[in-house]
Amino acid sequence: MDINTFIQQLQGEFEDIPAGFLKPETKISDIEGWGSMHALIVIALIDTEYGVTLKGDELRKVSSVQELYDMVVNLKNNPE
Amino acid sequence: MASFSINNVSIKGIAGAVPKEELSNWDYTHITEQERKLLIKTTGVEKRRMVGKSGITTTDLCKAAAEKLLEATNTSKDDIQILIFVSQTPDYFLPASSITLQNRLGLPKTCMAFDINLGCSGYVYGLSAISSLISVGKFKKALLLCGDISSAGPPEEDKSVFPLFGDGGTATLLEYDETAATMHFSNQSDGSGYEAIIVREGGMRKPFTVDSFTMVEKEKGISRASRNLELNGMAVFNFSVTEVPKNIAEFFSTTNTGPDSYDYFVMHQANLLMNETIRKKMKFPPEKVPYTLPKFGNTSSASIPLTIVSELHDKVAGEVSWLLSGFGVGLSWATVSLKTKDLICPEIVEL
Repeated sequence: MDINTFIQQLQGEFEDIPAGFLKPETKISDIEGWGSMHALIVIALIDTEYGVTLKGDELRKVSSVQELYDMVVNLKNNPE
Repeated sequence: MASFSINNVSIKGIAGAVPKEELSNWDYTHITEQERKLLIKTTGVEKRRMVGKSGITTTDLCKAAAEKLLEATNTSKDDIQILIFVSQTPDYFLPASSITLQNRLGLPKTCMAFDINLGCSGYVYGLSAISSLISVGKFKKALLLCGDISSAGPPEEDKSVFPLFGDGGTATLLEYDETAATMHFSNQSDGSGYEAIIVREGGMRKPFTVDSFTMVEKEKGISRASRNLELNGMAVFNFSVTEVPKNIAEFFSTTNTGPDSYDYFVMHQANLLMNETIRKKMKFPPEKVPYTLPKFGNTSSASIPLTIVSELHDKVAGEVSWLLSGFGVGLSWATVSLKTKDLICPEIVEL
């Protein structure tokens, strides 16, 4: 897995985000209209694509796309 | 995992009933247009049937479904020896609604009747209880009535609950049948998650007070009173996409089956994103997994039978192999595999 693919997958889930908006340093809270529905969409995407089920409070801990990606990689490599 | 098998029981028919009144989430103006689009995309719920102010209750819906089913299967009321009513929105605190239904349906006094208090997992749990009794061999025919009017509680001001639930009642006719294929069940529960979906007040732990009816703003777009249903979407989501696939994977392993072994995988209709995550994890192709979320929303214990009747009524001729899975409030979850032969599914009744 690599972060560019990850960003493309995220981009694919959010119709309202302009192409190129999401970068590794983008703050998740800067995504327009970000809320609990988006959080569920991101958790579902990560679960389906990477087999990692994030919890709501884990997702709340990360601020940028890069941090989210790092968390997924970490959880994928070190399953509980 | 409570895993067990039951022989000599077959499902003869399933019927459903819904209220006429329809509400569209496209008209849900408590949230913005952008939120509305996202809500419908994520939950899959476009329209719902609601009892509204009609006075229709769960038992009315189940009674209509039962009458339709008895007629369609040409079953005499005198032959019904068990009635189980599964619901979390009964008519009264007491007596049990199943017993009032015994009388209202004109079933004989020789019929045993009792309620089961379960929601989203209720259909599969109900099947396991009623089938266990039938398999003893002393009862010939039985009715399982499952339904809820979950829309009756949540206020419009609670966007986390209000747009999700629809109302419905169903009836399933089962009978003792020595030629029936074995039913396999796997039922589980985890009461540590009891607060994930809860109505906090109005029971004996916290009886109603005047404050039970006071609306409180919890966060933007979410106002409710403590007598209303409260739903922690994130907790339910995490539970469902973790525990349900685990349960089904173990089920596949103990029954030596897989997605190819079943014609249809019918899930409780919880939320499209959640159900699709489970479907993809279990590797079921979309054509085997029907949904009524767009037209009926989350109908609690009615969702599995209502989805079968609504989406598959014309595909049930001959032998059909089913995997059914219910999951949610409790937390409680259960999976069953079974086969039907020429299942009878009359048209959905509208009240």
